[in-house]
Amino acid sequence: MTLKLGVPSKGRLMEKTFDWFAKRGLQLSRTGSEREYAGAVEGIDGVELVLLSAGEIPRELAAGNIHLGVTGTDLVHEKLARWEQEVEEVAEMGFGFADLILAVPTCWVDVETLEDLDAVAAAFRAEHGHRLRVATKYHRLVREFLTDAGVADYQLVDSQGATEGTVKNETAEMVADITSTGETLRANHLKILGDGLVLKSQATLWRSRVAPYSDAEKATLKELRDKIVS
Amino acid sequence: MSSSFKSIERAALLRQRFEIAGGQVVETPMLQPAGTLLDLYGEDIRARAYVTSDALRGEQMLRPDFTVPVVQQHMAGGAEPARYTYAGEVFRRQEHDPDRANEYVQVGYEVFDRADAAEADAEVFALFQLQLRGLPLRAATGDIGILMAAVDGLSTTDMRKSALRRHIWRPRRFRALLDRFAGRVEMPESRKALLAGEVDTSAPAIGKRRIAEVEARIAALKADAEAAPIADNELNALETLMAVRETLPFALEQMRDIAVDLPSILPALDRLQARVAALRARGIDVDSLDFEASYGRTSMEYYDGFVFGFYAERRPDLPPVATGGRYDALTRQLGQGGEIPAVGGVIRPDLILTLEAEENA
Repeated sequence: MTLKLGVPSKGRLMEKTFDWFAKRGLQLSRTGSEREYAGAVEGIDGVELVLLSAGEIPRELAAGNIHLGVTGTDLVHEKLARWEQEVEEVAEMGFGFADLILAVPTCWVDVETLEDLDAVAAAFRAEHGHRLRVATKYHRLVREFLTDAGVADYQLVDSQGATEGTVKNETAEMVADITSTGETLRANHLKILGDGLVLKSQATLWRSRVAPYSDAEKATLKELRDKIVS
Repeated sequence: MSSSFKSIERAALLRQRFEIAGGQVVETPMLQPAGTLLDLYGEDIRARAYVTSDALRGEQMLRPDFTVPVVQQHMAGGAEPARYTYAGEVFRRQEHDPDRANEYVQVGYEVFDRADAAEADAEVFALFQLQLRGLPLRAATGDIGILMAAVDGLSTTDMRKSALRRHIWRPRRFRALLDRFAGRVEMPESRKALLAGEVDTSAPAIGKRRIAEVEARIAALKADAEAAPIADNELNALETLMAVRETLPFALEQMRDIAVDLPSILPALDRLQARVAALRARGIDVDSLDFEASYGRTSMEYYDGFVFGFYAERRPDLPPVATGGRYDALTRQLGQGGEIPAVGGVIRPDLILTLEAEENA
């Protein structure tokens, strides 16, 4: 039996993940052709590499299909309602930093806080006959954040990409999105609300609390943890 | 599960009793258009209701309660006065607590009657209490109308009153607004700068919210900064009012004292007094009935008068076995120009069975 480690299947996130494990004496690599999603692990026995889309890793951890997985805090918190029960954080990996924030048009000089936003949402609804639209793909996190803050009269509209452009296109009044430097926001004439930080995220190694572990797998897990933590 | 079959059996029995009490049986579709519920409850309803969709009708919700469709049916042409009863499943999305049911049976009784609000309130409460007699339940009551009257009567600007009124059901935001309007918290630096005109307005105008709207709000904020803080005596009275938690006669007495500083609540207190008399006339032990002025503030936001709930005393983990209240404003919102005073409630037969099983164990 082998311990299954889920890793993002492409891009910088995959490369940085490989580098992170390499520094800890574990060589992860893709095998076969460039298009084939197969991988190998050297430096430890009994670990199998599973290449997955970063967005699917939370679900696979929660289903117990993989024992370990690398993905962002944002995706785990968004996709797993009871994430504390389903996964354990093994290590924060120090890359893939991103903040989930609320941003409004810079020309809204009267809006700097959630209190302002709430007041503006009420006035906007009265003026335009519909609730103030927030474009995002992080529906659950944003909704829980705004509920907790007591903001009303808004609606979430789904945006899976180019979210910052929705305001100019008038398909949303504001956005809730991931940002690392804020440059895309500025280029699109948006500004972050002072108290609008929903979540700080980074690439993290998670362990599934749901997956079954045989004695051999438990031993492998311990060996792996020792390598990672040291 | 056999318990769900038993729930359906018990639901049928309860509905029969509500029919005998005068309720006309109504059915509502299980799929409800999402737009109405979203407009009413806001985005929060998505956390509580299952949403589905098709290309033809767009977003639909699995019925999270019966009240909204029953009100819609009545407003679309029901006779007056009317009494309705229904039994059926409702669906509530559960994301955090696996022990909470996401599908359960509700039996309801709703009264649409212009004649005598106190009498209708008492009729509904007494009918529910009768169905639950013998079970170890505590009844909680409250009256959102008193809180609304208190807010409406504050000697402050209409803008502040409507902001407070909008958040009666969100206690934390309500508290933050109250602190702001009472001058108890300092204005954020960003607002000071805005009022002093020290903001950069060079950003291009984008989005559907126009610059004129931004300017209108700045003008409103300037006017608000000029307005006097809410007076201490009114503030203390409002806070004392929200903390009232007593048996009904004592609660009424305390609130009469509070009305010295907040006379706007007197008509609402008279309505409460009339309700107490109507309850007493129906044989309810009013002297030991609890009243909490803030009861109902964290529930769904359509109740605007009398509110009640029955709770299992030894099982604080269980949701209330029955809840209800008055929702006059909801009939106005859904009535397309019409309105009618309305009061009703729902009962959960599955929880009755759970408690009965414990009693007999």
